[in-house]
Amino acid sequence: MTSEPQPSTSASSGEPLVSLKHVNKHFGDLHVLKDINLEVARGEVVVVIGPSGSGKSTLCRAINRLETIDDGEIRVDGKALPAEGKALAKLRADVGMVFQSFNLFAHKSILENVTLGPVKVKGMKSGEAKDLAMSLLKRVGVDNQAQKLPAQLSGGQQQRVAIARALAMRPKVMLFDEPTSALDPEMINEVLDAMVALAKEGMTMIVVTHEMGFARKAADRVIFMADGQIVEQATPEEFFTHPKSDRAKDFLGKILAH
Amino acid sequence: MENYLTLFETYDVPAAFWANIQLTFWAAIWATLLGTLLALFRISPIASLQFVGAAYVNIFRNTPLTIIIAFGVLGLFGQLQVSLTEDFNLNFFRLAILGLSLYHAAFVCEAIRSGVNTVPLGQAEAARAIGLSFLPAARLVILPQAFRGAVAPLGNVLIALIKNSTVAAAGSVAIEASSLMKTMIEFRGDLVIPIFLTFALGFVIIVIPVGLLTTWASRKLAVAR
Repeated sequence: MTSEPQPSTSASSGEPLVSLKHVNKHFGDLHVLKDINLEVARGEVVVVIGPSGSGKSTLCRAINRLETIDDGEIRVDGKALPAEGKALAKLRADVGMVFQSFNLFAHKSILENVTLGPVKVKGMKSGEAKDLAMSLLKRVGVDNQAQKLPAQLSGGQQQRVAIARALAMRPKVMLFDEPTSALDPEMINEVLDAMVALAKEGMTMIVVTHEMGFARKAADRVIFMADGQIVEQATPEEFFTHPKSDRAKDFLGKILAH
Repeated sequence: MENYLTLFETYDVPAAFWANIQLTFWAAIWATLLGTLLALFRISPIASLQFVGAAYVNIFRNTPLTIIIAFGVLGLFGQLQVSLTEDFNLNFFRLAILGLSLYHAAFVCEAIRSGVNTVPLGQAEAARAIGLSFLPAARLVILPQAFRGAVAPLGNVLIALIKNSTVAAAGSVAIEASSLMKTMIEFRGDLVIPIFLTFALGFVIIVIPVGLLTTWASRKLAVAR
């Protein structure tokens, strides 16, 4: 561990960048998000952990409206999430998303994957977008793969490209939905390293993950979810050493036993 | 055998097949354009467009082609005086293309939709996540992959279209292959079976390369995942 865990209040003042108020969601009879209230400050890195089925992925996906919510309110940078159409597309451009299964555009080269958004959504000139893409690919260490297709890259490389693709939109906040869960063990660190570097640069991040090492190293705050509720939140240090709730103690006991 | 060869002196068989190829060519273009539009309707988030797409497909896919083609001549032209050109015979030719296009567009739509099903949901989510709205996401991400996943079913639609172009006979297109075959059988009753076999073989020769080409193309163009 090289960095000190930072207190959760270190982020700049003013209104939160992302705020969820009384958010509820059902999948049929299943109440997946139960009255979720959450505020994420500018520059803050929040790690969401919890057992599977706890609603953490749904929470993450709701923030850029890949999942709709039944009631409550989600705001990004002060603006309520628009329902559909152009306004929603514009908001999504400000919210970067990294998926568990990478979801690189399979028919486009690595370079095109990164330039597509800047050119088609932001109207950037293709030369400029290419320079931006190459610098981002270099930053995540896959610039030498720029001309290949996604299927020719390893999972770890694909996920780093996905991070570069999201960064190319210059998002205000980055969402990571279990970014390392589909990776072979030896590739997890290369992705986590890229995420830690991003966190250190001050990117606002909401990360759903099972990687406790990342939470300890990079998170300002850990949120523990179970059964669709936020059960507990604390600094990583506090959470991992002195979990308060029985659910969290039970969960940590199971995953940290080995 | 000499008898048989005289058929080709009396009747211009290649010209008749050429008419079917032309019918197929133009109908394929229009059916692809209309079918793509219908597929867009059916995958769009707008319920009324989905309904229009589904209604079109169900009506045209389930109506016999002969009825559609005959309606072109007897209904559109005969009753409603719809003319696509001043030229009397060319008008029937174009009406047949119209009927073939409207009918096969329904199948093209369904073939493309089967292609859309080969594209993982994550592709659409990733497209939306970088801020692409429905149409750009469809045009840049979904449809290019869907077409590549739909080469084989689209090839099947094209093969059906080639053979179905003979139904243009029901639309007063006298120059195409099955019309000529009918004329030949009428005047050369001594050669009924060779005449049938000639036309059957003609279509087999046209269709086989299309089948081989689509099989090759569907492998070549498949999106690596």
